This record gives sequence, structure tokens and C-alpha cells, in this order.
Amino acid sequence: MTSLLETRGLSVSFETPEGPVHAVKDVSLRIERGTTLGLVGESGCGKSTLGRAILRLLPENARISGSVIFNGQDLSTLPAKAMRDLRGRNIAMIFQDPMTRLDPLMKIRDHFIETIRAHDPTVDVDGAVERAKKVLADVRVPSDRLGMYPHELSGGMRQRIMIALCLLFNPALLIADEPTTALDVILEAQILQLLQSIMHEYNMAVLLITHNLGLVAEFADQVAVMYAGIIAEEGATVPLFREPRHPYTQGLLRSVIDLETQTLYSVPGSPPNLLGESIGCPFYARCEKRMDVCKSVFPEIRLVGEDRRKVACHLY
Amino acid sequence: MTQALLEVRDLRVYFPIFKGFVQRLLGGGDAKVHAVDGVSFSIPEGQVFGLVGESGCGKTTIAKTLVGLVRPTSGQIVFRGGDVTHPNRKALFRLREQIQIIYQDPHAALSPAMTVGEAVADVLRTHGLPSEGGVRIQLKSDDELRAAVYQVFEDVGLRPPPFFYDKYPDELSGGQKQRVVAGRVLALRPKLIVADEPVAMLDMSIRARMLEFLLELKAKHNLTYLFITHDLATAKFVCDGIAIMYLGRIVEMGPARTIYADPKHPYTRALLQAIPIPDPERRSTKVLPKGEVPNAVWPPAGCRFHPRCPAALPTCGWEGRDVIALLEERWLSPELAAREADAGPVEVWEANGLIARRDVEKGDPAAVQALIRGILEEGGGPMAEAIRSIRVEDRAVAVEFRPPDPLGPKEVEGRMVECLLY
Repeated sequence: MTSLLETRGLSVSFETPEGPVHAVKDVSLRIERGTTLGLVGESGCGKSTLGRAILRLLPENARISGSVIFNGQDLSTLPAKAMRDLRGRNIAMIFQDPMTRLDPLMKIRDHFIETIRAHDPTVDVDGAVERAKKVLADVRVPSDRLGMYPHELSGGMRQRIMIALCLLFNPALLIADEPTTALDVILEAQILQLLQSIMHEYNMAVLLITHNLGLVAEFADQVAVMYAGIIAEEGATVPLFREPRHPYTQGLLRSVIDLETQTLYSVPGSPPNLLGESIGCPFYARCEKRMDVCKSVFPEIRLVGEDRRKVACHLY
Repeated sequence: MTQALLEVRDLRVYFPIFKGFVQRLLGGGDAKVHAVDGVSFSIPEGQVFGLVGESGCGKTTIAKTLVGLVRPTSGQIVFRGGDVTHPNRKALFRLREQIQIIYQDPHAALSPAMTVGEAVADVLRTHGLPSEGGVRIQLKSDDELRAAVYQVFEDVGLRPPPFFYDKYPDELSGGQKQRVVAGRVLALRPKLIVADEPVAMLDMSIRARMLEFLLELKAKHNLTYLFITHDLATAKFVCDGIAIMYLGRIVEMGPARTIYADPKHPYTRALLQAIPIPDPERRSTKVLPKGEVPNAVWPPAGCRFHPRCPAALPTCGWEGRDVIALLEERWLSPELAAREADAGPVEVWEANGLIARRDVEKGDPAAVQALIRGILEEGGGPMAEAIRSIRVEDRAVAVEFRPPDPLGPKEVEGRMVECLLY
């Protein structure tokens, strides 16, 4: 059986006056039905660009190459109109800050009506409101919130409403780009619990884009670690956390500050500039295990070890 | 015992809500946000004191009050033995040389139109260069000023300083910008630094470096920190003492080691439990507090955490609006909503202090009374035991609660806790 979503050699670059910025380089990933892939990395690593590239939600100066296969269908050949219908219906997306995604001048009710009728103009207002009530109950929001404006709601309620809007058409895949980063720790845990139960209820796969390794550890079945536009390492969550292979993954895991932290660690240096062409390993300058070959030869990602994990490093 | 560098006593900061003209005429215009509502703590010299809590708990308001950006409604602030609660302009100018603040977002803290060298020079121009005896010397020439800024950059690890002097904030990384901000603060040789989420905006691979850097500065310059954060893990690593805040009150305070080893307040426990653990082999189901932090305009009666608390008692402060919240939550289930339809809808219920009431225009008030009694007994938990009466008044049904037990800070096993469990 084919994967739910597959990217093949997906690359994104942005044309800028200074030259092209290579935000995503040759990324091949798979997401299976009903599972969660955690895409983790630091700011500027290209994780959000990758998420948006799947839905072709990128600015005009973006150049996309490679392909995105969803349910066996190549999305890169899909006409704009079909793509628009697919967004929200088959693949939905939620973002970090729900306040900026909801229209402040529209009642919650109208957000639902507009979304439903954009995909299905035959639904009348009453029918749309009925459907809205059903998904709101699933995200545990009282239906009287339909009559309110976004500013009248708390941050947690707003994010629940964003999730409810995503559920309207029972999409097979939800792309969640830092869905809890704007929330406090208790709310974050609440929203994650909610997402988890909804995934099961709706049999939905999730691409969780985050900088938070803790969230990935608690939530994801598979993890892909992104650095400077490439996937540095990818594999099942438990073995990857138990024995990280890429030096960047190792450094990232060591740098997490949790309740058990005894000594602080940070990865030396800072991420490279993605402007222009680069040779060698993008992590070379910061790597504590670098070799001569790393400077000049790009490390292709390949299967390493018994658990057949994908690692892009010359050490293996 | 070391002397307290800073002491805050029963600090209250309320922000009035300016309603519209008509609303003010019609009354009800005295609503206030209870941002900080009776907070006391002291910081011994040379320590790192953590103020931990979620957004809206009042931690940043305290920070702003300490540097004179917000005026306290009541209470007292004592710094190095002197009262600085309501400083005049001149006193505030001098106070700011001694208490400085580092904000969360270094990018927003630096002017985009000013080079970072100028940003630091500006501070030295205004306040003078601190010297050994505490006297501040006005620098006369631009060369002297530039040399002083170079020294500051050297101190905060922006090397070589001339390379950084003419950079604009845009050209620096997040970590470098935070160093510039730290340098600008340090240039005044303050005694107390209020660090408001200083690493929250930084990527995790460099977060540790910034924390180490702040601790190094502390050791080198004999500083005291008020470290404000929502992140209990970072606070654990950095702080000597901590105070956990919830909705304008400190709920638990004491030596960090004591509190992390055995947290007492249910809110502290909830916060600790909610932190994601970066180990997929230790996944567990979390028991989380219900709902969200309530509005600080009308904080809950009794203990402010009681509506969400998993360990609440009948005496914690149950009141009319808790009934409405229960009905709302309960009727999210269409099945229950249908079965208990005669008690609803939620909108007909009104809360006033300890009482929740609804009019019964059609039907039998006694039936509604019996229904609501059943609902509270089945789903109310400790709330049900706090009920004084459920009665029929004319054509209305009212639920009234007993007033809460008095609540105040209590010494429990080496720390202060504000909770009726102890």
C-alpha cells in the first residue's frame, strides 16, 4: 500500500536580490495513514517552508522542485483550483498563533460557514451551523461560542476552534505548524491530548512541525530532524531518542533543558547562511566530530544500522 | 544571614478598565484587572530568585513595577534598605542605574535605526561611566565613549568589539542581540537585574550558552537576579529561590531545591507534570487541570485555582459561576444535554457571588430544583459538598454556597504554601 503522503526530492528556494536562498534541499519523507511524523528543528531550518510547500502555500518568489505524492496522486501537477479544494478538505493546516488566523471582524459562526461553503456551496447556513456544532463538541467548545468574535475567546479556545475548522471535512492529514508554541505549558498539554484523541477518532495523520523535542518525544511515531534545509536524521521515535546518530541530533538532545538537567550544553556556533550554493556538510562548522571529507563532500542521506534509520553523515 | 537586597511587601497592582463613556454613565465602571494582588517576597544579595508562572499571572507586571514603568496600587518596595515604592523623577533616574531589566525579545529592545554600539554609548552618555567608588564620570570625547563601549562589548563576549560597534541589530543573531542588551544593562553596573524570559526567544541549541553567560556575569559582577520565566525546567537550573505565581498571587515559595524535590501546591504539581519530557520511553497519561486561567478582572473566590484544581476541597471557594461552568462542560455531551434539557440552557442561569439562579417561567420549579440537585451531586465533586441550599424562590431556582474558609500563606516543610490542604 502506498504511503498517505510522500515527498520525493522536494526542494524550495527563494529568489532574493542577493541570490537564491535554499530553504529546503532534496527532502524525501513519508507519512503513513493515522500516524504522526514529528518534524523538528530550530528557527530557519526550513521546517515551516517544507510544511507549506506540501500545500503550495508559498510566496511568489519561491521555486519548488521535486514532487509531493498524496494518496498516490502527484500534487505538483494538480491545477490551482483542484489544489485549493484539496486544502482543508484532504490536508488541513493549523498554525502557531490562532489570533492572526481568525478574522477579527468575523464571528466564529461565519468562519465555519465560509469554510464549509467554500468547499461545498450546496450547504445552506443552517446546515453549516449544524456541522460546526458537531465539530465544536469534538474539540470540547460550547456551541454558544459561535456567536462570539475571536477577541472574546481565550487563546486555548481559539486554538480549539482552529482545530475544529480543520476537522470539518475529515482530512486524512493535518499539518500542525508549532500548534502550541504560543500557549502556556498546561494549555499546551491539553491541546496535545485533544489532538491525540481526535487523531484516533478521525483516523487522521499529523505532521507536527516543532522546535520542541519534548513534544515530539511525547507525540510522534516517527521523527525527522531538520538542519539548514536538509533532513539530518529520520527514524522511529524511540530508537532515535535512545541512540541519536547524527552529531546534530546528539547535540540538540543534549542541549534540552529539562527537570533532570545537571550540566548545560549548547551546540557551538550558529546555523549557516542558506544564501547561495554550499558544498560539504551544512553542519560542518559546528560539528564536534567533523572530518576532512565533511568539508567538501555533501553527505547523502542513507540507511544506517539495524533499525534502518536514515542519517546524513559521513561517520556512518 | 545575608541581607535582602530587595524586599516586596504586599504589592498590589490593579489596572482600571476604561469603559466607554455611556457605560461609565450607566455605572459599573470600576472594573479592574487584578494583575498583582498581594505579593510579598525578598531577594538576598547575590542570589537568583525565580518568579515562575503562566502568562497573565502577573510576573511581568512585577518586573515593570520594580523598574518604575508601572505604578503600584498599594504595598511597599524596599531596595537596599530604602523605600522606592513611589520614587520621584530624580530618584527613579538613580534607581534605574541600580535596577535594570532584560526583556524577552532582544530584537524589540534594540532600536533598528541605531547601531548597537550607539545603543550602548547612549546609555553611558546619559548616566555616565561607573567608576570604582560608585561615582559616575561623564565622558567628554567620542573616543572615550567608544573605548568604554568596546570594554562593555569585551565583557559580554562580542569580540572583536570594533567589528560589532557599527552593526545594526538586523545584522546580528538572536544570541548576539541578547548579548548587546545584556551589555547595555551591565554598562550601568546595576546591583539587581530583572531578567524577563531572557532565553525564551532563543533556539534551544544556544539557550544553554546564554544561561551560562548570565550566570558568569552574575559571578563576575556580583549581581543579584530576579529571573522571570514560565519554564520550570530552566528555573530549576538557574534559581536559588523560587516563587510560583497564579493569577496575581504567589501560591508556593521557597528554596528551589525544596520545592522541586517535593512540590506541595496542586498548581505547582500541575505545572511540573505538564512539562513535556524529551524521552519517548517515559510517556504517561497526564492528569491536567481543567480549563484555562480565568479572567483577572473577577478572580475566583477563595483560592483562585479552585475551579481547576484536581485536589479541591469543599471549603476552597465554590461560588455561583462554578455551577454555570459545570453545566456548560457537562452539556458538551449531546446526550447529557438532551437528558437534562429542563435545567438549561446555560444562558438562563445567572451567577451573583455565592449564588447561581435561574427563572423558571414555564414548567415546575420543583422539578428543576430536583434536576439541578441530581446534576451537582453526580458531577459537582467537592462543589456539591459546599452547597448551603438549593431552593425554590417564587418562580426561580437558586443554588447557594457556604463562604470559603480563610486562605493565607502558611509555612509547610521549609517553604510557604497558600493552600487549604495544609
